[in-house]
Amino acid sequence: MSDWTPSARELERARIRRQDRFRRALIATLVTVVAAGVLWYVVTSSPGWPRVRETFFSATAARESLPAVAKGFVTNVAMFLVAEPLILVLGGLVAVTRSTVTPWLAPARAVAIVYTDLLRGVPTLLVVVLFAFGIPALQLTGITTSLFWLTLAALVLSYGAYVAEVIRAGIESIHPSQVASAEALALSRAQTLRHVVLPQALRRVVPPLLNDFVSLQKDTALVSAVGVSDALLAAQDYGNYHFNYTPLLVTAAFFVALTIPLARFTDWLGRRAQRRERGR
Amino acid sequence: MRPLLELSGVRKSYADRVVLADVELTVHQHDVVCLIGASGSGKSTLLRCIDLLEQVDDGVILLDGTEISDPRVDARDVRRQIGIVFQAYNLFPHLTVRENCVLAPRKVHGMTRPEATARTDDLLARFGLADKADAHPDQLSGGQQQRVALVRALCTSPRLLLLDEITAALDPELVGEVLEVVRAEAEAGMTMILATHEMAFARDVASTICFLDEGRILEQGPPEQVLRDPAHERTRQFLRRVLAG
Repeated sequence: MSDWTPSARELERARIRRQDRFRRALIATLVTVVAAGVLWYVVTSSPGWPRVRETFFSATAARESLPAVAKGFVTNVAMFLVAEPLILVLGGLVAVTRSTVTPWLAPARAVAIVYTDLLRGVPTLLVVVLFAFGIPALQLTGITTSLFWLTLAALVLSYGAYVAEVIRAGIESIHPSQVASAEALALSRAQTLRHVVLPQALRRVVPPLLNDFVSLQKDTALVSAVGVSDALLAAQDYGNYHFNYTPLLVTAAFFVALTIPLARFTDWLGRRAQRRERGR
Repeated sequence: MRPLLELSGVRKSYADRVVLADVELTVHQHDVVCLIGASGSGKSTLLRCIDLLEQVDDGVILLDGTEISDPRVDARDVRRQIGIVFQAYNLFPHLTVRENCVLAPRKVHGMTRPEATARTDDLLARFGLADKADAHPDQLSGGQQQRVALVRALCTSPRLLLLDEITAALDPELVGEVLEVVRAEAEAGMTMILATHEMAFARDVASTICFLDEGRILEQGPPEQVLRDPAHERTRQFLRRVLAG
């Protein structure tokens, strides 16, 4: 290493590469600025813009509604923080159940298939409404009547079905040679799944799982439909009283602020795993 | 005559590990250059640098007198002229044998489907794979897959063929069928650079043998000289080890 000094030719090439990088950065910046400018112009020059600015971009309304929206948003955050681990466990269990082969688990496999088919087929909003109104109507003792927990259960069951299918797709994407070499080491099917297939499968499905979780974070707003006081309900409440919809955008900003860090975090996780495996 | 490929002062390192250093190599048309040396001596990296799959840290690579190590060169223009076959075959598992072979001729070289198919089927037949054209790679044996990989590389009529230890993953019985294909191409005048552990084959086919050690070409020359009367002690050690085994 120490005895090497770059040749004149290499220095020249490094200079050309630098120039090229600069040129690409310049083009990227220019194109972005122009595109943003055009978009800005199209929106602000539209005939209804002054009215829209008043009802959707009112600084006063934003300031006034902020505490209520923030308070409601705590409910949304609490919901998905509780729901996400439950969904992972449920989805994982269903996926693993569906990829077993023992005859003893045939009824469990049937339940898993019916569950995913039904819960993926029914609109999430409908599941939320059915749980919030249907389950209390049964008047069962020992079952909560708290709307928070009922709607949470609805979200977990609905998303559990999606996540189960994502994980199952990951399991099936692992090449048969991996299973063969694990079985060749005399690992049982369960051990093969636990130590060889699942670790690779889960790593591969992190992006679609994140996709589902981002989707879940937004869908916690569905619970406002049955009267759980979340951020969206607070925003609608304000809007109905003041005929101003700025709080809806405030709510949107809250959700975006939550999902972007999560996306960056997942990117980072993926890159780290890749670095570790490929050694670069 | 102008050489087809010329490397001078080529250097490549990963972090602080130097993989290639001061590599000088000249390849004329119809040459068959065999790279020999222990695992990790830089044979694969050298081939990957020539195909611009790796960026060299220093030195110049000329293809037909044009510098291809220039950052302004479009790597695809270079790769259109070069075929490469990897140790692990790297066939596309979702395509049939024929589809694997006609992909580049059609999409890169502008051949029509009938033209590309005709050329592919002709090559497949020559290499004893006529009945496998509609099979998927995973249904074939290792030797068959590697012959398909060779056909895929040859389909585009490259001016230079790079072979990266293409028999290393095959059992001895299958090695022969793959080497036969390579030998036929060498005799037909294809210019080749191959990294190999098959010394007997290298002696038969090579016009030049290069012995690599820790990223340097320690010795190069005609097979009878390098294999029978090596100048360096390292080369002698290496040959004793491989020829004994």
